[in-house]
Amino acid sequence: MSLSRSRKLVGLFLALVTVAACGGSGEDTKSANAGNGAPALPGAQLGLVAYSTPQEAYDKITDAFSATSEGSKITFTKSYGASGEQSRAVESGLAADYVAFSLEPDMTRLVKKDLVAPEWNANPYKGMVTDSVVVFVTRKGNPKNIKTWADLTKPGVEVVTPNPFTSGGARWNVMAGFGQAVNAGGGSEQAGVDYLKSLFRNVSVQDDSARKSLQTFTSGKGDVLLAYENEAIFAQQKNQPIDYVVPESTILIENPAAVTRTTKSPAQAEAFLKYLYEPAAQKIFAENGYRPVVPGVTGPYKFPTPSGLFKIDDFGGWTAVSKKFFDPAGSIMADIQRGNGISVG
Amino acid sequence: MRRNWKARWVLRLVALMYLTFLLVIPVGLVFWRTFENGVQPAIDALTNDSVLHAFRVTIIVALWTVLLNTVFGVTAAILLVRHRFPGKRLLSAIIDLPLAVSPVVVGLALILVYGRFSPVGGFLQDNGFQVIFALPGMVLATVFVSLPLVVREVAPVLEEVGVDQEQAAWTLGASRFQAFRRVTLPAIKWALGYGIVLTLARALGEFGAVAVVSGRLVDKTQTVTLVVDQSFQNFDQTTAYTASMALALIAIVILVVINLLRRKQPA
Amino acid sequence: MPLPRVDKGTALGVGVTVLWLSLLVLIPLGAVAWRAGENGMGDFWDAVTTPEAAAAIKLTVAASAVVAIVNVVMGTLIAWVLVRDDFPGKGFVDAMIDLPFALPTIVAGLVLLAIYGANSPLGIELAYTQAGVVVALLFVTLPFVVRTVQPVLQELDKEMEEAAASLGASNFAIFRRVVLPNLIPAIFAGTALAFARAISEFGATVLISGNLPFKTQVAAVHIFGQIETDNTTGAAAVATVLLFIALLVLLALDLLQRWVARRA
Repeated sequence: MSLSRSRKLVGLFLALVTVAACGGSGEDTKSANAGNGAPALPGAQLGLVAYSTPQEAYDKITDAFSATSEGSKITFTKSYGASGEQSRAVESGLAADYVAFSLEPDMTRLVKKDLVAPEWNANPYKGMVTDSVVVFVTRKGNPKNIKTWADLTKPGVEVVTPNPFTSGGARWNVMAGFGQAVNAGGGSEQAGVDYLKSLFRNVSVQDDSARKSLQTFTSGKGDVLLAYENEAIFAQQKNQPIDYVVPESTILIENPAAVTRTTKSPAQAEAFLKYLYEPAAQKIFAENGYRPVVPGVTGPYKFPTPSGLFKIDDFGGWTAVSKKFFDPAGSIMADIQRGNGISVG
Repeated sequence: MRRNWKARWVLRLVALMYLTFLLVIPVGLVFWRTFENGVQPAIDALTNDSVLHAFRVTIIVALWTVLLNTVFGVTAAILLVRHRFPGKRLLSAIIDLPLAVSPVVVGLALILVYGRFSPVGGFLQDNGFQVIFALPGMVLATVFVSLPLVVREVAPVLEEVGVDQEQAAWTLGASRFQAFRRVTLPAIKWALGYGIVLTLARALGEFGAVAVVSGRLVDKTQTVTLVVDQSFQNFDQTTAYTASMALALIAIVILVVINLLRRKQPA
Repeated sequence: MPLPRVDKGTALGVGVTVLWLSLLVLIPLGAVAWRAGENGMGDFWDAVTTPEAAAAIKLTVAASAVVAIVNVVMGTLIAWVLVRDDFPGKGFVDAMIDLPFALPTIVAGLVLLAIYGANSPLGIELAYTQAGVVVALLFVTLPFVVRTVQPVLQELDKEMEEAAASLGASNFAIFRRVVLPNLIPAIFAGTALAFARAISEFGATVLISGNLPFKTQVAAVHIFGQIETDNTTGAAAVATVLLFIALLVLLALDLLQRWVARRA
């Protein structure tokens, strides 16, 4: 046998071994197309209940999952709506196998009602399936040259943000403003509260949802809009006339997802959840403006890492923050809103 | 009344100015935005599978609503106008009350009673009849928000028409049902027509309460208004406005049909 | 001559109506009221008297009252013009009256914002003011009085008006003494509906109002905010108070109608 021929045989042998190994380890999540070659799971229809902004991403991801050999017999029903409303729907009995929300309290609500297991965030990604950051959305070309958080409190600057009491997701905006001021003020909480006070004095409109606040902004109101990077990217994809600035100091938005306890197809639902951490799925998220949680996945958008990036955990996590900042009966934001309402009105 | 051209023109002008600024211009803008990018995108938006399915859902819910509301409306109107019983004033006020409930509370109220985790709802669902997050719940919510519409159209006309003709029928030996069918019904048919149009229009355009109880399941429990909301969310302006325009056209067509029927038969 | 008292028929009718109302309205609303009182009357009162709740309720009730009054006048006027007048395009306008019902509230809000918002092509900027809230409410309540008065006007026997005219009565006198008394029940019916709808409206007002707490936030949005912050009890409390107010106004309108009818 000639040398080249034997090399070809060895190569062929190695290839066969590799394919057999891939086929055998359907649980291997590290390879680029896991699920390919894995045996098809028994057929099932999974109920996906998610918040509205990743709709296009999930539509593509479910198609991709159903195209893998593992997911070939799996179909989906889908429901998209505002994160809080979807969470409350599941709490009220909406059948769901997989749930995804824009912030953790919407998941905690289901854990409290025993609809999601308390260990939902025990995986290496703490249960988060995508990330984003709070950014400044400006008019095209940023005519007012808004670059820093200090720019937002300058006199005459009109800031638009959703109302943090009607839009759970809008709380990221508030905590971003608070956090960056605390960090800038050397850890002083008072600096954070003072910043929020001046910020909200410049807030001219507080729509009830993020999408509506973007609508208000594009219809001509305000100089800068506080929003999430993925929504700004999505808006640009849809030809909205905006630009956005990633501030040097901002909060990391983390979006939770989990399989429910009430699922009738746990194996299939878990397989889908695992698939979301695959590079293929994470890439689809990246293409839709979300920052992947799995390292090494890139997409068409530059996701600059702000030097002053912080997380909600730095302030005690959402449970503590909700009570301290967003309790309508009495909290930092309630006081600030009252302060502005009564003094101006 | 005597012809007074000045008064006639003043009234006409005031009415038309009000309607122009409040109704015609806004609706005109909906029409404009529907076709802003051309006719083909609008057609594509309407023939999209999810949108077509949503129209099916909307029409089914609307038809059930009209049916249930018409039966209830005529019954309640006759009761309120022709009969005397204790608590009549309270009953009348309660019939209007559903309109005063904001959409998210309607959903809350229905879920509290008919949701999966309530005794009634749980029992029904265990026996195969799901109310909330399925069509029956959506019909309930739509009936809820349009409850007084037929009653309030028919009752004033019933009062206006008076009881003389019915009494004449009774003294001539007609049974109550015969008198109803041959005397009452013809007298109220145009008011009933308006009531049906209003209920239908309301059912077509209802969003808030239905959104809560529908579960927003794509291609299952999405109404056209939910698709409009979703399109707005996804910056799909064409679909949002086109679907709204289609709802408006359905309402207009029904009204035109009723008006044509009216013109064929003199009052 | 009194109605034949067939009590069985009345009783059956009342029974069926009350049953339907119970299943659909009374029990669900009762559940909301019960939820509102879950933590006792102290919490109920607290939830309803927070500055935000009070401001939202005040704005909502005041705006709804304004809207109801405007509708009494304009609704009757428009119904009159649509029934008694004739001009090219009348059918077109008549057909559009129901559109505020058929159009989804988000679209209504979007076009109202576009026309009366920051870049108003008409130069009329009403957004982010309480006037903007009123305009949005006028839009969604337009069909009510118009459509309740129209069928009555169409049904009216013109003979009495003609007789009064031939006797020398002025148009205004004819309207006030012959026509208007017959329209009273219809006007009040429509007004009650308009008021109730205005109290509960969310979608159409939200974009144009800017939802500023204490200034332009309506009660429906406040309630939504309570639910969003997991304070369902507080939300139910405010909703219950609004229901009470609506019930009182409806009953008052009923009394007023009887009083006006007696005087006419």
